[in-house]
Amino acid sequence: MSFPILSLTIWLPILAGFLIIALGDGPARKLAAATSILTLLVSLPLYFGFDPTTAAMQFTESVAWLPGFNINYDLGVDGISMPLIILTTIINVIVVISAWEVIKDRPAMYLGSFSIMTGLMIGVFSALDAILFYIFFEATLIPMFLIIGIWGGPRRVYATVKFFLYTFLGSVFMLIALIYMYKQGGSFSILSMHELALNKDQQFWIFLAFLAAFAVKIPMWPVHTWLPDAHVEAPTAGSAVLAAIMLKMGGYGFLRFSLPVTPDASSFMDTFMIAISLIAVVYIGFVALAQRDMKKLIAYSSISHMGFVTLGIFIAFRLIAKGDDAGVALGLEGAIVQMISHGFISAAMFLCVGVMYDRIHSREIADYGGVINTMPIFAAFMVFFAMANAGLPGTSGFVGEFMVILASFKTNFWIAFLAASTLILGAAYTLWMVKRVIMGPIGNDKVAALTDINPREFWMLAILAIFVLLIGVWPNVIGSVMHASIENLVQHISTPKY
Amino acid sequence: MDNLQIATPEIFLLAATCAVLVVGLFTKATSNTVYWLSQLTLVITLMMSISQLGSDTMTGFSGAYTVDSLSASLKTWLLVVAIGIFLYSRDYVGARKIQRSEYFVLGLFAVSGMMIMVSATHMLTVYLGLELLALSQYAMVALHRDNGRAAEAAMKYFVLGALASGMLLYGMSMIYGASGSLDLNVISDILAGNGDVMSTERTIGARFGLTFLIVGIAFKLGAVPFHMWVPDVYEGAPTSVTMFISTAPKIAAFAMLIRLLVGGLETLNADWQQMLAIMAALSVVVGNLIAIAQTNIKRMLAYSTISHVGFLLLGIVGATNDGYSAAMFYAITYAFTTLAAFGVLLAISREGFEAEELSDLAGLGKRNTLLATVMMLAMISLAGVPPAVGFYAKLSVLQAAVNAGFTWLAILAVIMSVIGAFYYLRIIKLMFFDDPVDTTDVRPAGDVTAGLAVNGFAVIALGIAPGFIMGACIAAFA
Repeated sequence: MSFPILSLTIWLPILAGFLIIALGDGPARKLAAATSILTLLVSLPLYFGFDPTTAAMQFTESVAWLPGFNINYDLGVDGISMPLIILTTIINVIVVISAWEVIKDRPAMYLGSFSIMTGLMIGVFSALDAILFYIFFEATLIPMFLIIGIWGGPRRVYATVKFFLYTFLGSVFMLIALIYMYKQGGSFSILSMHELALNKDQQFWIFLAFLAAFAVKIPMWPVHTWLPDAHVEAPTAGSAVLAAIMLKMGGYGFLRFSLPVTPDASSFMDTFMIAISLIAVVYIGFVALAQRDMKKLIAYSSISHMGFVTLGIFIAFRLIAKGDDAGVALGLEGAIVQMISHGFISAAMFLCVGVMYDRIHSREIADYGGVINTMPIFAAFMVFFAMANAGLPGTSGFVGEFMVILASFKTNFWIAFLAASTLILGAAYTLWMVKRVIMGPIGNDKVAALTDINPREFWMLAILAIFVLLIGVWPNVIGSVMHASIENLVQHISTPKY
Repeated sequence: MDNLQIATPEIFLLAATCAVLVVGLFTKATSNTVYWLSQLTLVITLMMSISQLGSDTMTGFSGAYTVDSLSASLKTWLLVVAIGIFLYSRDYVGARKIQRSEYFVLGLFAVSGMMIMVSATHMLTVYLGLELLALSQYAMVALHRDNGRAAEAAMKYFVLGALASGMLLYGMSMIYGASGSLDLNVISDILAGNGDVMSTERTIGARFGLTFLIVGIAFKLGAVPFHMWVPDVYEGAPTSVTMFISTAPKIAAFAMLIRLLVGGLETLNADWQQMLAIMAALSVVVGNLIAIAQTNIKRMLAYSTISHVGFLLLGIVGATNDGYSAAMFYAITYAFTTLAAFGVLLAISREGFEAEELSDLAGLGKRNTLLATVMMLAMISLAGVPPAVGFYAKLSVLQAAVNAGFTWLAILAVIMSVIGAFYYLRIIKLMFFDDPVDTTDVRPAGDVTAGLAVNGFAVIALGIAPGFIMGACIAAFA
C-alpha cells in the first residue's frame, strides 16, 4: 500500500480540530491556520498526482473495519470526487482567514469545529464504502449544528434545529436503502453496489430513498426551505462552508449513488427531476429577486444554481435516449464545473456580505447604499463576484451554466430556454442588489463611516477571485481530470440493469 | 462441585453482599466504607465473570443454570455498568440522606438477581432472579421515604410489577401444562416435536402461555402497551435509582427475553414475532412522540427508554441469530449511553437541588464544558447519529429487521428516530446555545469526573471501533 494521502487529509484536520479545542483560545488561531495550510498542502498531490487517463479509483486504501458486517474502511477518489476535495481544502483556508479577528466568542471551539468538519467533508467525498460514506455524511451535521447554534444570528436555534432535522430525515431513508442493498448484494462497497442487479421496483424505491437524502442536501425545490434559514442565521464562515461544500454533497451523492446504482429508475424519473430543477432555476430566481436580506438573496441564488446542477445531471437520460454520448458528458461535466464554481463564488459572496456585516451589523439591503464611495477596493471585489454569480463570460460562473444550457439545447428547446432564463434572472437579482448596496450616493451615516478592507480581507477575497478567473478562462483545469471518470459513468448509466 | 463452580461469581456476590449488610450496621451514616466495600465486591465479581468469558457452555443444577458465552459477556457488561452506577450515585445518595448502606446493599442484591436472570435456563430460576431484582428495585424506589412522589412511584411500581410477575408465572404454568417441564432446554425439545407428539391442544396451550410470558417480559422491558409505569417511576424515584432502573436491568430483561423466547420457545417464533413486531412499532412511535412533550428530563428519558426498547425488539422480531446479536449490542450500548446521561444529571444535582427540569441543563456548556460534552455525546448516541455508538446499534438492528423482511418496521423506526432526534437536540441546544439560569459551579468529585469522561469517550470510541463488543455479541449467538 502506498502512502495514505486520503487518510491523512481526512484525519489531520479532525485530530487537529480536537487539539485546537483542547488547547483553548490562546494558540487557536495560529494552530488552525497551520492546520488548514498543511491540509491544503497534503491534499495537493491528489490533484497533481492524479492520473486523468483512467476512471478507476485512485489513491485507494482498504482496511477491514467491521468484518462481521462486511464494512470496510475503503477510500479512493476519481475525477468526480477529487476536485471537490481540493475545493474543500481551499475553502478551509479561507474560513480560517475569515474568522481571524472576527470571532471573539470561544474562537478555539469555532475554529476547531470547522477543522473537524473539513476532515469529515473530505471523508464524504473519498469514502468508497457506503456505511463509511453515511457516517461522514451524517457526522458533518454535528459541527454545523453547533456552529450555527452557538455563533449564529438571533433565530439561530430555530434555523439549526430545522437544518439538522431536515437533513437527518432525508438521510435515514438512504440508510434503509443501503441496508436493503447489502441484503441483496452482501456488500457495502459502493462500487459493487454500482454493479448490483436490481429490478425496476427495487430501483424505484431505492432511487426515492436516495432522492430524499440528496434532494434535501443539495437542496432541490420544494425541500429547500431549511437553506435560507440556515444561511441567514449561520456565522459568515458557516454560510460559506454550507454553500461552498455541504450543498455539493447532495450533487456528489446523485453522481455517486443515484445515477450508477439506479440508472433505470433515474431514467424513468428524469422528466420529474428536470421539471423540479427548472422550477428551482426559474421560480427560486424570482424569489431571490424579492429578497431584502442580502444573505437570503444569496441563499436563494444558491438554490437556483443548484437547480442547474441537477438539471445537468438528469438531462443525461434524455440525451442517452438520443444516443448523444458527447452531450451526456457535456451535461454531467457542466454540473460538476457548476458545483466547483459555485463553491468559490457563493463562498465569496457570503464573505463579502460578512465583510459589510462586521462593520455595520446589518444584512438588510436597505441599510446600505453607495458603499463604493467609502470602500472602493471592496466594491471592486463585490462587483466582480456578483458578475461571476450572474454568469459573466470569463468567470467560472459562466462555464458550468453554458455547458448545461448547451446540453439542454440538444434535447429540447424549451428546457434550454427556461434554463437560459437564469442568465437574465441571475443578472437581475445580483446586479440589482449590487446597485442598491454598492452604487449610488452614500445612503446613510453608517455607510459614510465605513473603512475599506484590510489586507486580511483583501487576500481572502483575492484568493477566491483568482480561482473564479482561473476556472473561467481555463476550465480544463478541472475538466481535464474528470473526462475519463465521466465517460465511464456515461457508459455505465446507458446500459440498463435489467 | 461442578454445580457450585459455575455459579461462583453469584455465590461470592451474595456472600459478600451479606457481609456488606452487616458492616453497614456498624458504620456511620456519613462514612463511605459501605460504598468502597460494595465497589470492591463488584470488581471481584467482575474479575470472576471475566474469567468465565470464552469458556465452553456449562450447565449445572440439573439444567437450571447455564454459563455460556451469552451469559458470560452479559454479566461482564452488567457489572461494569453497575460499577458506574455506584460511582455516580455515591455523592448523590450521601447528600440526600438516603440510607446509603441500604442503597448499596439493595443494589448488590439487584445485581445478583440480574446475574441469575442472565444465566437462568429454567423457568423457576428465571423467576427467582427476576423477583430478586424486582423486590430490590421496589425498595430502592421507596428509599427516599419522606418524599411523597417516591412513595407513590414505589407503590405504582410494586402493584404493576406484581401484576406482571403474576402474568409471567401464569404463562409459565400454562407452558408447564403443555410441555410437562419447566426446564427451558427440555421445553424447546418437546415443542420441536422430539419425544412426545405435540397434540394441537397442547400447542394451543403453549401459545396461550406464550402470550402471558410476553406480557410479563414486555412489562419488565417497558414496551408499549405495558409501559405505563415507566414515566411515573422514572420521575418519582430518586435520580440515582432511576439511573439504576434504566440501565443494567435492561440488559437482564434482554437476557430473560432471549432465554424464554429463543431458548425455550423458538419453535413458536411465528407467534411471538408478530406480537413483538406490534410492540416494537408501538414503542418507537409512542416513546418518541410523547417524549417531545416532556419538560421533565427524567420523564423524557423514560419515554426515550420506551422508544429504545422498541428498537431493541426490532432486532429480535426477525428471529435470526444476527438479529439477536444486534439486539444484544443494542442493550449493552444503550445501558452505557444512558448511564452517561444520568451520570451527568447526578453530577449537576447537589444538596437540596435536583436537576430534573430541562431548564436545569441550560448553559451547562458554560458551567462545566466536560459534563456538557459527555451529555452531548450521550444525546448524539441516543439519537443514532454517527459516529457515536448508538448509530451502530441502530444500524445493526435495522439491518436485522430488513434482512428478516420487516422493511416496513425499519422504515417506521427510522422516521421515528428523526422525530426522536428533536428532543435529544433540544438538550444539546439548552446546554450549548442558551445562557445558564443557575450559575453555581458544578464541580463533581475527581473520580466521578474521570468516570464520566471515560464513559463519554467510550460512547465515541465504541462508535469508531464497535468490533470489540460486536464480536462478543456475534459469538454469543454463533
